[in-house]
Amino acid sequence: MASSFDRIADIIAENSEVERDKILPDSHVINDLGIDSLDFLDIVFAIDKAFGIKVPVEAWTQEVNAGTAPAEQYFVMKNLAARIDELVAAKAG
Amino acid sequence: MKLEYFQMIDRVASLEGEAIVVESTIPEASPVFEGHFPGYPLMPGVLLVETMAQASGWLLLKLMAFERMPFLMGVKEAKFRSFIGPGTPVTVHAQRLHDGSGYAVTKARIEAGGKRICDAELTLRIMDFPAPELAAAMKARGQELGLA
Repeated sequence: MASSFDRIADIIAENSEVERDKILPDSHVINDLGIDSLDFLDIVFAIDKAFGIKVPVEAWTQEVNAGTAPAEQYFVMKNLAARIDELVAAKAG
Repeated sequence: MKLEYFQMIDRVASLEGEAIVVESTIPEASPVFEGHFPGYPLMPGVLLVETMAQASGWLLLKLMAFERMPFLMGVKEAKFRSFIGPGTPVTVHAQRLHDGSGYAVTKARIEAGGKRICDAELTLRIMDFPAPELAAAMKARGQELGLA
């Protein structure tokens, strides 16, 4: 099976105008790829469905806005993939 | 329906699990029909989308106990299959497909006389009420509809 990074990158390419080969492990989803909030929710919906999880976007955004977590922790591709892996593992128990 | 007030839902027929059925009647007369279209009044497709969004919105409000507000933010796969005109009673079905973090996705359709008029997949952003007046107004209307 493809890695989480590859699956998420494929989803982003399918749900935005970003070309697949421009999506790299160090790409920041918003700052580098230019994903806006509407496209991002479409992407999150696709990730939720593909991985069978509920990506806690609201909690992540609140943490970033409150300064308790750096945006890179959630919105840089390699870290986003790691967070998704954690959510999948947590769900599997 | 009161088109000029964007009040698209007349009554709730049923709400079971994550699905709602609502009923409305397209008004016999409205300034909307003077322009859309002269001599051939039709319910505009954008107002059919609004009707499906409001059915979805009332469903989500009920599922969230009126604590947060859904706002329409995306429409996918919208298909308008038949014309519909003044005075027509319609049934609107909406179902939550996905309960996301800060958003929800619904599937909705409108039927008239057992015939499908339109359908779409809708994405709604879920937010805290941005104004207490809005929260109060939604609860008041929800009580009228038997939801709050």
